[in-house]
Amino acid sequence: MLIRTQDLWKIYEMGREKVNALREVSLEIEKGEYAAIMGPSGSGKSTLMNLIGCLDTPTKGDYYLNDKLVSQMNDDELARIRNKEIGFVFQTFNLLARATAAHNVELPLVYNGTESEVRKRKAREALKMVDLEDRATHKPNELSGGERQRVALARALVNNPALILADEPTGNLDTKTGHEIMNIFKKLHRQGNTLIIVTHEHDIATYADRIIYIRDGAIEKEERKKN
Amino acid sequence: MTVFEVKEGISLALTAVRTHKMRSFLTVLGVLIGVASVIGMVSIITGLNNSMAEQIESLGSNVIYISQYEMVHFGGLSAEERRRKDITAEHAEAIGEYCPSVGAVSPENHYWARGGNQVKYKDNKANRPAVVGVWPDYEIVNNCFAVEGRFFTEGNINFRATVTILGNDVKEALFPNLDPIGKQVRINGKKFTVVGVMEKKPKFLGESQDNYVLIPLSTYKRTYPEDKALTLLARPVSPELTDKAIDEITQLLRRMRGVPYDKPDDFAISTQEDLMDMYKRITGAIYLVMVVISSIGLLVGGVGVMNIMLVSVTERTREIGIRKAVGARKRNILWQFLIEAMTLSGSGGLLGIVIGLLLGEFVGAVTPLAAGVSVFWIILGFSFSVSVGLVFGIYPAYRAARLDPIVSLRYE
Ligand SMILES: Nc1ncnc2c1ncn2[C@@H]1O[C@H](COP(=O)(O)OP(=O)(O)OP(=O)(O)O)[C@@H](O)[C@H]1O
Ligand SMILES: [Mg+2]
Repeated sequence: MLIRTQDLWKIYEMGREKVNALREVSLEIEKGEYAAIMGPSGSGKSTLMNLIGCLDTPTKGDYYLNDKLVSQMNDDELARIRNKEIGFVFQTFNLLARATAAHNVELPLVYNGTESEVRKRKAREALKMVDLEDRATHKPNELSGGERQRVALARALVNNPALILADEPTGNLDTKTGHEIMNIFKKLHRQGNTLIIVTHEHDIATYADRIIYIRDGAIEKEERKKN
Repeated sequence: MTVFEVKEGISLALTAVRTHKMRSFLTVLGVLIGVASVIGMVSIITGLNNSMAEQIESLGSNVIYISQYEMVHFGGLSAEERRRKDITAEHAEAIGEYCPSVGAVSPENHYWARGGNQVKYKDNKANRPAVVGVWPDYEIVNNCFAVEGRFFTEGNINFRATVTILGNDVKEALFPNLDPIGKQVRINGKKFTVVGVMEKKPKFLGESQDNYVLIPLSTYKRTYPEDKALTLLARPVSPELTDKAIDEITQLLRRMRGVPYDKPDDFAISTQEDLMDMYKRITGAIYLVMVVISSIGLLVGGVGVMNIMLVSVTERTREIGIRKAVGARKRNILWQFLIEAMTLSGSGGLLGIVIGLLLGEFVGAVTPLAAGVSVFWIILGFSFSVSVGLVFGIYPAYRAARLDPIVSLRYE
């Protein structure tokens, strides 16, 4: 089991008011799975993704990644997990504006001490995976939205992570470009990567083998593709 | 922290400096002024030191000066000082006779006529040279010798001979292309026969040290009887005996001048070392001023760096979030911003060094000082400017490192 969460709670305290962003979420995802998370706005999808992606820690409950208890780790250990085990793709791309595409892709490798030569080679390979070798020296503002998201994808997979997470990766793209991105995800899944994506759109969710529905911070239901 | 991170940090910082040229320049202005003032002042002081050292070498380091008053005097004379008796030739004779550690002694008296001394040969005039009355030991004591003709003999002294020896400047002014030996010159109207010419001395603070004429002290006394206060110059038998010689002279003079055992000396004895100490105290004061100016500069610069780094951290909150999301740890972010702060203040320091050096060059060009600055001060100035970035960068860098990844990713 790659991911196992047990009664995860995320509670935001806003002064006297408490927001239960996640309530008793228990979820298991196996290696090689392709899952989509759907739900209305404000239902807690991003909150869950951030917990799974080790960007945030739960208020209550346990989270095991690769059988390691992540929910008890300190900041530096979490940073290491984010670097080694997880590739995160955001709706708003989140690229360094002043760095080239290649440099953006190299970034995770910088933080695990990979040598310059190796970094350059791996970044080139990752850009090739997303068909962007010829844009390596472009800065984000010299790229289209779809291209930016492909750079972000290349960055997510450059470290060969155990898990690729994408929070509404097509949210800022038109339908056609969105499907191009989804095709790259499909390719990555075929190569054996584990993927979790959050989406509003049913079209997009159907790329996945498994759809998890969330409402008001709790898992409502699940669907699995039959094959 | 890896070498790469340092390189990357510096290149990131330089990019930031380049994109905000004016802002960065204003930020580090204080650092620049601080470092420039250090380098500039040090090079001027070094110039002073070089000239001073030349002078000391030319006089020899083990000359003992005996005078009525301290050689460098702050404020007016005290009542005790006003009552002091003159130092006389008898004192010099006694020192020569009774102080075994003293190798040579020569009294000196300098005459300053109103409007400057007149020294002439036919129509040629020297440029108001000093007129100095001396003894034959003058050569040995001052380590400065006659190069043409000869020096005074005991006979010249005993017979109050009207003979003179010219400093090199006077020789050149009066006898540009004539052999001066045996010629008659007029010193303040009185006829003297030239018997020798002294060797050239190195310049001191750009001033020639060769504008003088020497006459026998006995002749001097008869010519200018009103001017009695002498300075004695003594040279010990060997440099190690300097302290012993000073001791002997002190004991002798106290006895001769009848100083009671419980009263301080009514004369002053100083050596080149003492003068050097005095000089060092004066330059020490200059150093202090320099330290104050540069500290203020560095402090102002440091506050500027801190301010701009806080702005930079806020501007780049999202970047910090991205870096953290892909695995940067606290210390990575901390160092990134520290290196940026150090690069910023360090470039201010480099500019300051360049400006300080130019300042020194300028002073060296328009004044006779051989201004220059050693690598030590350049390294020190640079290290200080970098440390300013380190110290004042800590707080902003810590703020950056502490940011929560999610919060910073959401930052607009
Ligand atoms: N930092 C926070 N402080 C307080 N409340 C928060 C915070 N972050 C999220 N919430 C709340 O938690 C709930 C879940 O938010 P979340 O971002 O996970 O929703 P979502 O499902 O991703 O929605 P969307 O589809 O609009 O992105 C929302 O009600 C939101 O207001
Ligand atoms: Mg969301």
